[in-house]
Amino acid sequence: MTTKIVEAAKASARKASIIIDRAPEPHGVFAYYNCFKGIVWREVLRFLHQRERFLSALVRPLVWLFIFAAGFRQVLGISIIPPYETYVLYETYITPGLLGMVLLFNAMQSSLSMVYDRETGAMRTLLVSPFPRWFLLSSKLLGGVAVAILQVYTFLFIAYFWDIQPDWPALQLGIGEGDGFVGLSIPSPLNGYITVFPAIVLAGLMLGALALFMSSVIRQLENFAGVMNFVIFPMFFASSALYPLWKIRESSPLLYELCWWNPFTHAVELIRFAFYGQLNLVAFLAVTGCLVVFLGAAIYAYNPSKGLIGRRGGPGAGPKG
Amino acid sequence: MDTKVEQIDASMDALAVNGVSHRFGDFPALDNVSLTVSQGSFTILLGLNGAGKSTLFALITRLYDNTSGTISILDHDVRRQPTTAMQRLGVVFQARTLDQDLTLKQNLTYHAALHGLGNREARRRADAALELVSLSDRAGEKVRNLSGGQARRVEIARCMLHRPGLLLLDEPTVGLDIGSRESVIAIVRELVETHGLGVLWATHLIDEIKETDEVVVLHKGKVLYTGTVPGLRNHTGADNVSDAFRALTDDPMKPEAA
Repeated sequence: MTTKIVEAAKASARKASIIIDRAPEPHGVFAYYNCFKGIVWREVLRFLHQRERFLSALVRPLVWLFIFAAGFRQVLGISIIPPYETYVLYETYITPGLLGMVLLFNAMQSSLSMVYDRETGAMRTLLVSPFPRWFLLSSKLLGGVAVAILQVYTFLFIAYFWDIQPDWPALQLGIGEGDGFVGLSIPSPLNGYITVFPAIVLAGLMLGALALFMSSVIRQLENFAGVMNFVIFPMFFASSALYPLWKIRESSPLLYELCWWNPFTHAVELIRFAFYGQLNLVAFLAVTGCLVVFLGAAIYAYNPSKGLIGRRGGPGAGPKG
Repeated sequence: MDTKVEQIDASMDALAVNGVSHRFGDFPALDNVSLTVSQGSFTILLGLNGAGKSTLFALITRLYDNTSGTISILDHDVRRQPTTAMQRLGVVFQARTLDQDLTLKQNLTYHAALHGLGNREARRRADAALELVSLSDRAGEKVRNLSGGQARRVEIARCMLHRPGLLLLDEPTVGLDIGSRESVIAIVRELVETHGLGVLWATHLIDEIKETDEVVVLHKGKVLYTGTVPGLRNHTGADNVSDAFRALTDDPMKPEAA
């Protein structure tokens, strides 16, 4: 029996037609594109195959929207603050915050899985690719964002039937005004779904970069609950996701400061304004700045000669190995 | 970057490690390690758990850089020419590194993409590589459905996709039953014989060693012996490899012996 297996293995190994001319693979622009595409595609495939993850990524914000927001509607009155031009229901107010939550959970899940998911060792496999690390890590980050976009728009699609829709005058792409307008006029609510897209991408990248950096410095995590307690909950609650900042200032100036310096607040505000076709410049600069810093830190940390992994005995290679 | 076909000189070492040390804090994981794997050689890296095998592999695969000494793959220094060095390297890690929820083929094409190959070429090579390990008929199945031995064979197929000149395998037979172990070893030995690959095979299992193999004995971060199997027995005066290994690693009087 055993010899049979061995002989079969030998025979097929001998006749297999690949191998080995050892010509170096071309490493032009196309090779980079193939690599990028492969990494993003894998993230998306994995996500689609993990049905429970998809489901929980969807149920989580929906529970907040359907139950929490409905209950809190009477407790918390939201006055008219930009970008809103009328009184809005609490559900409408927290929707950008919930989009931020989707991004936050997704970022932590996809990046931190590398720390504790030793079963797959996916990071090691990624890092032996001949492409530069900054490119591999950035591609991985964009793969995570692609997955987040799927979740965000599925959530928005369901929320649409709950009457969460952006309502502002049609987005006009073209030249001229009034009768002389030539171009594409995109009516509400479609306009908001389009203008929110770049905000989602930018905020997703920033949170993903943060998680990527964390995955390089945190050596071990018992489970996801630790991340929830120490990262996700503080970031989410100390932000403008659930309540406007001026309300927080009324109760605690210190907490207000904390929320103001929380990058997540700016991610949420960026999304909130973009949903209504507006650019919140402060939020934009804050999110972009944080993205640059976090991504730089992550690339530094994963750099084999400078990073922290070697000194700490990083993922999958403890000193006992 | 270079697109010309590289001339491979047969005398060039597939892997050359020279005077490499590495510390984790105060713990010296590797102490002045030197070894070579020539092309077409099946080299056993023999060491107990904790000997420093995985640290050495982490350095060769550039999880982190060697701070002292040099490591080169087919004459390409892994620090100075990481791109060309990594192109020539195939690795099977100790941990299972396939995506359980993806199919065999998806796993392989992902890896091909990591080496910059386009869709069509990736699929062509994935088919050929699966044939190599006799798993063509399972190509569309999820990895989750495979046995441990089959998953290992997929990992071997995967590390061959980009046509490396050097294979690193970190205790690839751990947890496999006898039949799977033998077929995994047979496939890799066949690759060495027919294609002239250099293989560095880390293990603590003496019975995986064949008389014609090269052996590197690594113990507590130090290389205690490099050479042939008969040479190892002569060196220690033992009758078999087991005793030779024990004689090398137990003897407190000759910790520096090499």
